[in-house]
Amino acid sequence: MGIFDKFQALAANRRELETLGIDPFGVQIERIISPTEGLINGRHTILAGTNNYLGLTFDPECIAAARTALEFEGTGTTGSRMANGSYSGHRKLEQELAAFYEKRDAIVFSTGYQANLGLLAALVGPGDVVLLDADCHASIYDGCRLGGAETIRFRHNNAQDLAKRLRRLGARAADALIVVEGIYSMLGDHAPLQEIAAVKCEFGCYLMVDEAHSLGVLGERGRGLVEELDVMADADFIMGTFSKSLGSAGGFCVSNLVELDLIRYSSRPYIFTASPSPATIASTRSALRKLASGSQLRQRLHDNAKHLHAGLTALGYTLGAPPSPVVAVVIEGRIEALKFWKDLLHHGVYSNLMLPPVTPNGVSLIRCSVSAAHTTAQIDAVCAAFADLRLTV
Amino acid sequence: MVEYQRILSNLYDGLALFTKGRIDVDENTELVGDLNLDSLQIMELLLTIEDRFDISIPVSILPDVKTVRDLAMQIEKITQSE
Repeated sequence: MGIFDKFQALAANRRELETLGIDPFGVQIERIISPTEGLINGRHTILAGTNNYLGLTFDPECIAAARTALEFEGTGTTGSRMANGSYSGHRKLEQELAAFYEKRDAIVFSTGYQANLGLLAALVGPGDVVLLDADCHASIYDGCRLGGAETIRFRHNNAQDLAKRLRRLGARAADALIVVEGIYSMLGDHAPLQEIAAVKCEFGCYLMVDEAHSLGVLGERGRGLVEELDVMADADFIMGTFSKSLGSAGGFCVSNLVELDLIRYSSRPYIFTASPSPATIASTRSALRKLASGSQLRQRLHDNAKHLHAGLTALGYTLGAPPSPVVAVVIEGRIEALKFWKDLLHHGVYSNLMLPPVTPNGVSLIRCSVSAAHTTAQIDAVCAAFADLRLTV
Repeated sequence: MVEYQRILSNLYDGLALFTKGRIDVDENTELVGDLNLDSLQIMELLLTIEDRFDISIPVSILPDVKTVRDLAMQIEKITQSE
């Protein structure tokens, strides 16, 4: 068997897409005009699939901060945090994140994927047990695999199933780590975090919450589902990303546990990766300040999400979850979903196509992510595109 | 401990949900190679088996599972240790 034989199924999929003239995974935005508009295939297109929840990518203060950092600190750090790539901005951002969450300390990673990979690979190793929600992100699965921990899935959003599996562990349950997400990226549904936290307390184990899609979106100060449901104290590790609400790239973990600092010295994805560029750090710090004081932005985001959700519901579409900045539309059939996605793009709306096996329950999804920067007219235009296509489905 | 044959029988039942009886399944049948199961379908199969035997199957066993027999033996090992 040759080393490329494993790609045969993938190659067949690619050929099928070529035959259909659809390439949902190779879209290029020729010109980015605003957080919610770009030029794709020469056409002005509404960007409804970007995770740019607060629309901060063009924020003048964030851009000015990045520009200043670029000018005074250069284009890159050319090294890892551990060796030669720690600038004062990296540490200041960590302190600001810790203060924002009212936790003891934070670690910044170069991407959100690496935050999960780096934290989990270092935290849980052979002999340890991790219980993760079945719908957790690939980075969580990969981190557990890299660390070599015994990884057990529990049924999605099912605290009783989690408790059942912890009970089976006996005395080992007290040292187990539970991993859940605030908002799940595929359907946009929330974790039942109070129930999960109650199970955590019952067994005395640890809880990690990935707030990648809920930072800046949920909670009075935008600290995610842990804040919204008042379980901040029960979350031993909170992970987040800079590449969604904060409009840049990177990831972090905050914790009250003193051992967090030791993760730095044992996390290979942290040790052997170049640190985020000064401009990235500067814009992230600026965006974090905006996010912390940005209840108006959050309100606008939720208004837009409700607007889109109500519009699509009225058109008779099946949606993945109650109103949330991730609005996932269920389309029956893989080929139908591919064609729908393409037609939506032709109608001037860019969305994300999600196909099995990465989707829950094997469904095909057109996933829209809403931004605070979307205008009412843009949300109306997205609904109008869905209305036109409804007639053809 | 659950006997191997009982595990096998339960696996055949679980797999019938995916094959709809269209493919003959035996111990040598490959989950991916012969039945074309994707990772999600394998995970669904495991959840069903976990409920049936009241066990938790670690995700980390999957790289060692190619055939129905491989899976049955892994499940047998887990039930023996619990």
